[in-house]
Amino acid sequence: MIISGNAVCVRGDNIDTDVLYPGAYLNVDDPQKMAPFLFEGLDPKIREELVGETVLVVDENFGSGSSREHVPQAIRASGITCVVGKTFARIFYRNCFNLGVPAIVCPEASAAAGKGSVVTVDTDTGVVTVDGQEFQARPIAPFMLDMLAAGGLVEWSRQRSA
Amino acid sequence: MAYTLAEKILLAHSDADEIAVGDLIMVRCDIVMANDVSGPVAFRAMEEMGATKVFDRDKVVMVADHFMPAKDAVSAGLQKRLKEWSLAQGVHFYDQGRGGIEHKIMIEDGFVVPGSVVVGGDSHTCTHGALGAFGTGLGSTDIAAALAFGEFWQGVPGTILVTIVGDKRRFVSGKDIILDVLAQIGVAGGTDKVLEFVGPGAEALSIDERLAVSNMAVEAGSETGIFPADEKTAAYLEGRARQPWEPVRSDPDAVFASKLTVDLDRLDPLIAMPHLPGNIQRVSDVTGKKIDQVYIGNCGNGTITDLRQAAEIFRGNHVHRDCRAIIVPASQAVYREAMAEGLLEIFAEAGLVVSTPTCGACFGGGNGAMAAGESALTTTNRNFKGRMGSGEAEVHLANAWVAAAAAVAGEIVNPAEVLA
Ligand code: SF4
Repeated sequence: MIISGNAVCVRGDNIDTDVLYPGAYLNVDDPQKMAPFLFEGLDPKIREELVGETVLVVDENFGSGSSREHVPQAIRASGITCVVGKTFARIFYRNCFNLGVPAIVCPEASAAAGKGSVVTVDTDTGVVTVDGQEFQARPIAPFMLDMLAAGGLVEWSRQRSA
Repeated sequence: MAYTLAEKILLAHSDADEIAVGDLIMVRCDIVMANDVSGPVAFRAMEEMGATKVFDRDKVVMVADHFMPAKDAVSAGLQKRLKEWSLAQGVHFYDQGRGGIEHKIMIEDGFVVPGSVVVGGDSHTCTHGALGAFGTGLGSTDIAAALAFGEFWQGVPGTILVTIVGDKRRFVSGKDIILDVLAQIGVAGGTDKVLEFVGPGAEALSIDERLAVSNMAVEAGSETGIFPADEKTAAYLEGRARQPWEPVRSDPDAVFASKLTVDLDRLDPLIAMPHLPGNIQRVSDVTGKKIDQVYIGNCGNGTITDLRQAAEIFRGNHVHRDCRAIIVPASQAVYREAMAEGLLEIFAEAGLVVSTPTCGACFGGGNGAMAAGESALTTTNRNFKGRMGSGEAEVHLANAWVAAAAAVAGEIVNPAEVLA
């Protein structure tokens, strides 16, 4: 699958899910209503950069902390097609794939990208292109690629229950 | 083939004949749990999956604990949804006043046994490792699939072996052990790995203290923090366990990702400074810092052991006039035990707010938020920016003795200095 978008960079290591989506707003259960709170505890102004299809570019251990799916739900609802980072916290990482928004581990691409860079990801080959420059991401397990191709865990499971 | 404890549990819950670190497998769950925050999101996803019934209603537990009692009409709506769904599905359901914080009540009520797999729509499901289970936190869509099919996808994690040696000194608790691990490996040092706690120091810990240790495994990025079951585990589960179990241990020749030691003979009370659980200092190195609110509670540190430690400090002492203090028993059972022992009386006398068992302020949900510019000292597990209200507030994490002492002194202090 080929995914692309303009880079929105959120820099800093260990950015946690509490600042990405503060606890006070966890009483929202409709994914369509979560987007307005994305980045609320970090810098609400980042939301203004989320125009059209974007790729979120992050640093080390992004998404640490809570299992709250509100973060990747809000990410997906905001038009972010994928997240490219140096490393990810485990629950955030799997939540992203489950929602069909791949988290791509590629430290070199993360370092090369700047605000507005054009980022393209080929999930099958793992090649990440940043403004024309190519990098090789860590491989994605075949099961996760299958799930992505289906559109996420909901769609993958629907095929399974059918 | 030699396996670690975590690998043995995963292997026994999968269709694979053998596994290796990094393999992606489907794992069967013994228990699936969610709460008023993760549950309703999962129910939507489960419906979208086309599943109408849970895989096994006896293996599903729902707990209203995060925004409980409801802070507003929206939160009340979530709890209503949780209850209606639970009743319709016929699963185990803990309503307001009937249970308490999810991880504590699941352990008290025998849902968690050694060698089992417990998944929860909450990152601190790692707490269940205290009883030798593979307890791990998942997001709501994973939980939806687990509710519908009884399994989840999982990469086989490596294991970091933590050997605890020596004897605890005065005012050192389980909390300090896990804070020491965080000081050693950092907040991402356990990513894609399990922490396994062994050694004489681990065997000497009570179940309550093991809860405090396992509870913060996820703060190191770990999948779970597991104690091999021993006589203490067996004694605790006597008359409690809802299913039979066998003790499981790592093979002597199992391969570990890395090994580290916690030496209790040298361990001092520790404290995580703002805004990262891995930002560890010795309490004695940061004394004198003003504290506006103390919070003693949460799933791993609202046990009767924590309340007794706090009561030791508050007996004959009063909360400092410039400080506020809240104490939150983790469950109705702990609440009643504390009442029977006269601890609640000591807390009320000392000027603390005695709260109902709830998550509440632990995650900034209500019942004790912090204002900008204020400092909190809590026995909880996260001190991220904004975790307890304002993003301009500071949160420090420590054990119950240290927290109680700070409430009395109005500042960070060595507990020995305030004993009445
Ligand atoms: S007490 Fe705190 S850490 Fe524990 S489940 Fe509740 S919110 Fe999470």
